[in-house]
Amino acid sequence: MKRRNLFGLAAALTVATALSGPLAAQETLKIGAVGPKTGPLAGGGAVTFWPNVQLWAHDVNEAGGIDVGGTKMMVEIIEYDDQTNPGETIKAVQRLATQDEADFILAPYGTGLNIAAAPIFERYGYPMVTHTAISDQIADLSSKFPNMYFLLGGATGLAGGVVDVLTQMRDAGEIGNSVAMVNVADAFGIELAEAARPQFEAAGFEIVYDSSYPLGTQDLSPVINGAKDSNPDAFVAWSYPPDTFGLTEQAQIAGLAPKAFYTAVATAFPSYGARFGAAAEGVLGAGGVFADGDAFKDYAARHEAVTGAKPDFWASAPAYASFQILQQAIEGAGTTDKAAVAEYIANNDFDTIIGPITWDENNSNAKYWTVGQWQGGVFKGVASTGRDGAVAAMPKTGWE
Amino acid sequence: MDILITGLLLGGTYALIAMGLNLQYGMARIMNLANGEFLVAGGFAAFWFYTAGQVSPLLTLFIVAPLAFGLNWLIYVVMLRPLVKRAKSHGQLEVDAILTTFGLAFVSVGIMLALFGGDYFSYSYLARPITLIGDTYALNRVTAAVAAVIICGGLWLWLNRNRAGMSIRAIAVDPKSARLVGIDVPKLSALAFALGGAVTAVGGALISTFLTLDASTGVMFTLKALVIVIMGGVGDVRGTIVAALLLGILETFVATLIDPGLTLAAAYLLFVLILLFRPQGLFGRRTT
Repeated sequence: MKRRNLFGLAAALTVATALSGPLAAQETLKIGAVGPKTGPLAGGGAVTFWPNVQLWAHDVNEAGGIDVGGTKMMVEIIEYDDQTNPGETIKAVQRLATQDEADFILAPYGTGLNIAAAPIFERYGYPMVTHTAISDQIADLSSKFPNMYFLLGGATGLAGGVVDVLTQMRDAGEIGNSVAMVNVADAFGIELAEAARPQFEAAGFEIVYDSSYPLGTQDLSPVINGAKDSNPDAFVAWSYPPDTFGLTEQAQIAGLAPKAFYTAVATAFPSYGARFGAAAEGVLGAGGVFADGDAFKDYAARHEAVTGAKPDFWASAPAYASFQILQQAIEGAGTTDKAAVAEYIANNDFDTIIGPITWDENNSNAKYWTVGQWQGGVFKGVASTGRDGAVAAMPKTGWE
Repeated sequence: MDILITGLLLGGTYALIAMGLNLQYGMARIMNLANGEFLVAGGFAAFWFYTAGQVSPLLTLFIVAPLAFGLNWLIYVVMLRPLVKRAKSHGQLEVDAILTTFGLAFVSVGIMLALFGGDYFSYSYLARPITLIGDTYALNRVTAAVAAVIICGGLWLWLNRNRAGMSIRAIAVDPKSARLVGIDVPKLSALAFALGGAVTAVGGALISTFLTLDASTGVMFTLKALVIVIMGGVGDVRGTIVAALLLGILETFVATLIDPGLTLAAAYLLFVLILLFRPQGLFGRRTT
């Protein structure tokens, strides 16, 4: 009697468990995020990448999740620090793909780490919508990795934007013809300088000082003094964050105050405006965004409310936009199947906080911001390859 | 002429970066690879006090120095003294110290990341020009260089005139013999290590007035400090000062008159040449 009851109980339990199995379906989407928290690019990652990951996950989950073919699925972010080491990026992506079984993986931060991770994204079939990968090899990369997309353009376009802005200022009689150009002796700095040199010459500018300095130089006064001695009408520095700050401070000390002053990476960071205050007025920098537009203002307010930090005025918004693209593709494809989502991305346009995104034949967004300028405490876009909302560039009037 | 002064100012900065490591490696015999992280921590403290309460970094020094002293003392006593006790040879101690402090560096970066985030931090303090002998220099760099002179000068005096200081120099020469003449080696080693840490953190607070730092930039400073300490000769304060000034002047010379892109090459060329012709460093003792 007892044994029969026990057997019956066990059978009932087994059946009950088997029935409830399919009902306890997966309700969260696992999204992997790999980026630098330590290492040389940690500073940039902390401003542009990680807050946007946090903000996007928050926004998606607040709205109830991503709509996958009728079911709302919340997102769960799995973070890894790649220590700005490409080998670690690859390992982390591999781990996300094989061990964590991530449904999708957000593109890493920075050109070098994206290019290193591209083969492994391709191998596991993850669509890769990059946000901070800037390269002139986009045509080559997109033919090798058909699921890799680019939002921020190439070095030639970025440098060309600067040449255009300076040409406009020269034609308006605001500046003369001589340019002092310096660059940091690291991949991106060198690439920008090489792209800029022929474009300056073709536009009729004379490069009166042309020099590079090692990454991490502690004293930039020889560079600034050399530039100042050449008496330039415009000063252009293809610089990284530490030297962007250092060159600006040194230029103030030495009294190098041409009407056009440009430093590259990190000029668009809120900490640049915070550090230099009124003296930042009129400084040109890489990037830009339609800062006066409602989309950006609303995004910036949410960014600050959720993460506690302000977004930068260049790659922050595209980073968020790239996550929006992934979300819209999942919703559009109605499935978490990577191939279907990748196909959706390839065949569709997207509406994001930086405006409409369409892909050209190289899977790249052809309309990106190239130059911005600090005006009234806000870094506004002044030149782009086709975005709306550019304001006029104004000449710099000293370091008041 | 302005090359000379700019070079001396830069040399002063380098001396601040390297002096702490000289004390820790030369006197306490610990190759502290986490040195750069303490430099950055000192910089963080100065940044935090300045942005939160407008407290001048020059005043923050008086908070940073004792805190760093205490922290380094604890680290030595808890983590490093057991290594010293069980090391059967000098070489083994070096290896153990390198491995331990290497790990400590990662831990420090992680703690700073958790406390301050990964973002760059910089602020403007005394970013005004000051005219010396006809040329303009940054006031914050001049202040740092003057502070370097005071700190290094004070250290040299202390190590050469004060009894405790001379005892520390005795330990640097030969720990075993120092014990024979009644010097309390463990206690004074801890003192030297702690003092080195305090000097490094103070240096960090001073250089943060004109350099942009983040939690991960420490390793670059450790490397520079190491080069300067070895060039100058381990164990002698004068060596570090001279090597730092020499390096500063050389780099400025090359950057101004030849090409700013060659400063690293010139610095390491100097390093290689000194090691080739005088392996113990400028002021070092030949090892027997």
